[in-house]
Amino acid sequence: MTQVDAPEKPSRPADALSTEVVAFRVAGQDFCFDIMSVREIRGWTETTTLPHAQSYVKGVINLRGSVVPVVDLADRLGFGPTEPSARHVIIITVVAGQTIGLLADVVSDILAVPDSAMHSVPEMVSDQVKAFISGVVLVDDRMIRRLDLHRVLPSDGQHAA
Amino acid sequence: MTVGATDEFRASFFEECEELLEAMHDGFGVMIDGNDDAETIHVIFRAVHSIKGGAGAFGLDALVSFAHHFETALDRVRSGLLEATDPLLDLCQRCGDHLSDLVTSARTGSDMGASDGKALTEQLDEIIGQQTPASGEDDDTDDFEPLTLDVGCLGPLPVSGSPGDATSNTGFRIDFAPEPELFTSGNEPAHLFRALDRLGTADVRANLDEVPVLSRLDPTASSINWTIGLTTDTSEDVVQDVFDFVSDCARLTISPFEREARDERALPIKGNVPDSSATHDASDADRLRQDKPPAGEPSATTPVPKGAPPPQTIRVDFERVDKLINLVGELVIKEAMLSQAVGTLDLATGDDVLQEIEGLKQLAGEIQEGVMAIRAQPVKPLFQRMARTIRDASTTTGKRVRLIMKGEGAEVDKTVLERLVDPLNHMVRNAVDHGLESVEDRLAAGKPAEGTLTLSAAHRSGRVIIEISDDGGGIDRKKVRQIAEERGLVSLSASLTPPEIDALLFMPGFSLKDEVSELSGRGVGLDVVRSEISSLGGRLAISSELGKGTVFSISLPLTLAVLEGMVVEVAGQTMVVPITAIQETLHSSATLIHTIGSGSRVLSIRDRLVPLADLGAMFGFRGAPTDLENHVLLVIETETGRRCALVVDRLQDQRQVVIKSLETNYAPVPGAAAATILGDGRIALIVDPEGIAGGIAPAPSSLTSSAPSDHAEREFYDAS
Repeated sequence: MTQVDAPEKPSRPADALSTEVVAFRVAGQDFCFDIMSVREIRGWTETTTLPHAQSYVKGVINLRGSVVPVVDLADRLGFGPTEPSARHVIIITVVAGQTIGLLADVVSDILAVPDSAMHSVPEMVSDQVKAFISGVVLVDDRMIRRLDLHRVLPSDGQHAA
Repeated sequence: MTVGATDEFRASFFEECEELLEAMHDGFGVMIDGNDDAETIHVIFRAVHSIKGGAGAFGLDALVSFAHHFETALDRVRSGLLEATDPLLDLCQRCGDHLSDLVTSARTGSDMGASDGKALTEQLDEIIGQQTPASGEDDDTDDFEPLTLDVGCLGPLPVSGSPGDATSNTGFRIDFAPEPELFTSGNEPAHLFRALDRLGTADVRANLDEVPVLSRLDPTASSINWTIGLTTDTSEDVVQDVFDFVSDCARLTISPFEREARDERALPIKGNVPDSSATHDASDADRLRQDKPPAGEPSATTPVPKGAPPPQTIRVDFERVDKLINLVGELVIKEAMLSQAVGTLDLATGDDVLQEIEGLKQLAGEIQEGVMAIRAQPVKPLFQRMARTIRDASTTTGKRVRLIMKGEGAEVDKTVLERLVDPLNHMVRNAVDHGLESVEDRLAAGKPAEGTLTLSAAHRSGRVIIEISDDGGGIDRKKVRQIAEERGLVSLSASLTPPEIDALLFMPGFSLKDEVSELSGRGVGLDVVRSEISSLGGRLAISSELGKGTVFSISLPLTLAVLEGMVVEVAGQTMVVPITAIQETLHSSATLIHTIGSGSRVLSIRDRLVPLADLGAMFGFRGAPTDLENHVLLVIETETGRRCALVVDRLQDQRQVVIKSLETNYAPVPGAAAATILGDGRIALIVDPEGIAGGIAPAPSSLTSSAPSDHAEREFYDAS
């Protein structure tokens, strides 16, 4: 939990048409998704390797009795695998009824993003990241990519090598 | 009454229906076996009657109407007007099935075709009608009209039953004062009195003293009570049973008749009355219970010994139990973690802390066992569902089938039971359709025309074995082989052992029948059945003797939550191998290992060659060790008879582990059946012996090229 930095300035008041998101960093880039999908944020713990899993599936951890797979976001998004250390975080999310851990470098912010500030993904033809993001938002001078959690999942057909 | 409360009552009515239907089917089973006593038909009647009563309260008209016809027919049987012949019992069973359907459709709100019910109702009416003209000749006892009871409220009831025909020698005084709940729950005293009258001769008197004047009448209050003089020779238990359903909503006292209290119609006591006339009290009732001859019922044979009263039960939401089971799983893990942490403290043996931890461990283990037992349910309801499937199948095929159930008291986890319904249904249907021969063929083979199907359940070393056996023609292995060859599933030259030929039946798409019959061959094969069973951690085996019959045997874990496992270490990873699969453990240095081709190795053990499977390499954790010194071999045999020897680095421990699904949050992992949480909180994979053995030694080996093996097996085959 210590990894959650206190917001540098108070979040903007959440008006009726804004979404609260968790912002985090993966391979030097900023990402975010709806805070309602986040169950908790944990420090890195050793995973148990899953045989024949995709390389971006780091393995499984024990989350109070549940077996939860951990997806290395950097690897999943095409930045190459992470060498996780104690400074990395696992964001526990629930997507489509499944509890999944997402490995990220650091959680930076919790922001209220007005829906009007959310832009569609610009054409970035060669960018592999594009396949996983559903929008971008500009906060101050940072561009935060909104992650499409459903695409990040180790879905059927992809997990089995 | 709020809507919520209605829903609750409704739900509890349907739950009750399940029990009543079970009791009814039980009763039919007893009657078919010919072990019934008078009580059996009463139980059946009461079950149907109670369902009708409840259904009436909820306005389930279709159910009420059918139950009414059914009840009328049963009533004739129980009063001896109708003889419980085989065809009649058969009809009753079908009616019971239909009643179950009606209950289900009322419960789910689904609509069901009325044709079944109509035909059955007509048959029932025909039967009821048949004996109606004859009823005139029957004695008064049978001609008991409900009308008489209505006037009973207004004065002493005319006593029915002629003194002449009664042979009873004692009776009871019953004081019956219903509470208003009796009426709100849909019961009707008149029915009770009728039931009493069947036991002998009932003299029902209503006591109207407490009925207020009309202006002060509270219509919802119950102000009438009854005194019944019952002349009968049945025991007090039987009389008590009549009030079974109302005992909690009525004040009831049943006292054996005192002679002087009997009315002037008291009958001469028949036979050898002991000198008890002076002290004619409880001891008399006892004596009656012990050595009374069976009541003068038409079908009375040996009375079924009355067992202990059924244990008291409560109904609990399944989710609550599930939650409890998860929590206890956590408790057990926490306890293990604590033990491990304390272990690192290097405390002296006998230290208080160690002792307390040991106590905690035992307690946690016992709680776990106890909680698991909550989910355990007898297989009986499952078997009863099968009885119905068999009845349907025998009608469709025109074969005559007798079902024998054994060990239906054996308990299995509720989840396991539920998921067994489909595979079992398929297998019993198969047994009737494919297994049993036609009546002509049976007679020609010198067998009784009626085929026998046996469903049995038994506990064996921590698992439950369910067997479906028939006394049919057995598997024609020549024909199986021929079909397999025709379809290119097996090469002409391959030499196959009988078990290997039997295994062909499990091949996807394999069908013995040339033409698709109405019952089977609808695309669901034994391969699906087997994979369903193996997804439950169970194994399906088959054995057969030509001309004698076939036995399908399913071996299942008692629960899906806990497994006895061997904890092993492979390439730094901790894994668990189910104990049930392990045949023996060997040290690799002391055993004979041969190499075949490039890198395939086999273990030679007692004249058998067993392929080696290195878990580390198969799971991709490391390359296969070239030097097997200092490794351990676990010889495993799966339920389908596949053998292999797992190469692991080290054995750690043997213990019970809590099974955690990998699929909940991830997906099936080839070669891993599930996961578990170790004492240090880390996750270990539970090895799936079938998947591993299937990957290396697909049996029979000649099939591999063309046989579409399942996904996991192919993966492993490629990997190894």
